[in-house]
Amino acid sequence: MPGNESDVSLDSRTEPPGRYWYARHSLIVRISHWINALALTLLFMSGLQIFNAHPNLYWGQSSYSQRPVVLAIGAGMNAGGQPIGVTRILNHVFDTTGVLGLSREDGQLAARGFPSWITIPGSRWLAMARRWHLFFAWLLVFNGSIYLIYSVLGRHLRRDLVPTRVDWRSIGRSILDHLRFRHPVGAASKRYNVLQKLTYLVVIFGLLPLMILTGWAMSPRLDSIIPGWISVLGGRQSARTLHFLIAWTLVAFVLVHVFEVMITGVWNNLRSMITGRYEVAPGPVTRDVSHDQR
Amino acid sequence: MISVDTSRRRVLRNLLAGMSGMLLSGCDALSRSEWFPKVLNVGERLSQSIQNTISPRRSMAQEFGEADLSPTFRSNGTSNPGDPIYQALAQNAFVDWRLQVDGLVEQPMAFSLAQLRALPARTQITRHDCVEGWSAIGKWKGANLGKVLSLVRPNPSARYAVFHCADPMDDVNTRYYESIDMEEAYHPQTILAYELNDSALPIANGAPVRVRIERQLGYKMAKYIMRIELVNSFAAIGAGHGGYWEDQGYEWYAGI
Repeated sequence: MPGNESDVSLDSRTEPPGRYWYARHSLIVRISHWINALALTLLFMSGLQIFNAHPNLYWGQSSYSQRPVVLAIGAGMNAGGQPIGVTRILNHVFDTTGVLGLSREDGQLAARGFPSWITIPGSRWLAMARRWHLFFAWLLVFNGSIYLIYSVLGRHLRRDLVPTRVDWRSIGRSILDHLRFRHPVGAASKRYNVLQKLTYLVVIFGLLPLMILTGWAMSPRLDSIIPGWISVLGGRQSARTLHFLIAWTLVAFVLVHVFEVMITGVWNNLRSMITGRYEVAPGPVTRDVSHDQR
Repeated sequence: MISVDTSRRRVLRNLLAGMSGMLLSGCDALSRSEWFPKVLNVGERLSQSIQNTISPRRSMAQEFGEADLSPTFRSNGTSNPGDPIYQALAQNAFVDWRLQVDGLVEQPMAFSLAQLRALPARTQITRHDCVEGWSAIGKWKGANLGKVLSLVRPNPSARYAVFHCADPMDDVNTRYYESIDMEEAYHPQTILAYELNDSALPIANGAPVRVRIERQLGYKMAKYIMRIELVNSFAAIGAGHGGYWEDQGYEWYAGI
């Protein structure tokens, strides 16, 4: 990948010796990041409480079509007459006692979809969960709108998130680096790597908008704006299923995100997302993006 | 490079468990507080005003074909009211049942089932969305509520239609009730349904009459209706939140 050279030498030439501070995240990115983190956490946990009111998922417009149930979580009895938690995914049945279907709530075994340690409120309370969910859904929408306007007008999107031609060419290398837990130091650490950029773009322009859209699709009033538009998503029950699946996809993203934060310097990353200041460690000048020069 | 020794791992795990425990008990304390649910209620008001702004007042709920009908229409909540007066009416196929329409109207009236059936009717195959999360599709036929209201001539001060129902919800004579605004009451798909899937409305689904409010959630669509009262405030009815489930903390505006 000889094309990398020009990019790297440009960075290297301006690289001061030793450690130095770099203003990494703008104020709007930092504030919106933490509001987003709070809102998504509360939305996820109140969402699971809402799910528990009817812990089944279907495909199609209604729950009473002839199609098989996508997911069903419930309590049952085993051969010995003991209560168990049962989770069915299409035609596969799993014993999930203790976590799904049957779990401890205030010391007592209770029949419930997701366990109380992951739902808001902890005990069964659909009305309150809806209040939490719809309040933080609006916070997510307003926060996300401000972030998007800033990203486009303030050029955050083009400057930091859209992959460059060099990025696209380094994609194979970036995958290998991630698998080996190797991360850039020095000047290269100031920029997002290509996998990071693509992941953020998928979350910002794919998963989160889909989350909002599938949420709206469950609203009978919003379904009436253009009658039938939710058929694009497969129908109302499909929208509910997609909402659930995308929520867990976002959880998977957050787990990987937090893992990467931890292995690339917890405090440095956290500080940069709180105060904006990021400490750039000195790196070998030749090892930035130019992996071929060794 | 990422060797984490066990003591650090334990510290991290305890830290995470402690943080999630704090988050959960904190959220539960907030849910039970006096003030925080009021803050959360901003969400309902936003949903109502934004949905009213971006969707036309007369936007129509999606209608389906016969092929989409659910094999049986699920009965939820009360499936057979234990009230003796209701049971007596049911014994006689609701011949003696009368729908009282009164309150802030110029001409209070009582309608028999036959009189309701004689009014302009609408048939619609719609999806019923329960607040719990399930949906069922049914074919409803009923009298246009707007037509009923035009016969009793509402006063200009009337703001809400309150549905008083036969089903007892507890031992202290609390009955199911619900309310909608006049805009929703005059919506073309808002009907007093007396038929489900081409048969007389079964008791399990609200006989003799239930209301269909197709752009809101299921709990708004009161079953076993005995009386419709027009009011300008529902503060004096029940616990004052406009419906049985609203009094238990559910939103009055159930558009989402």
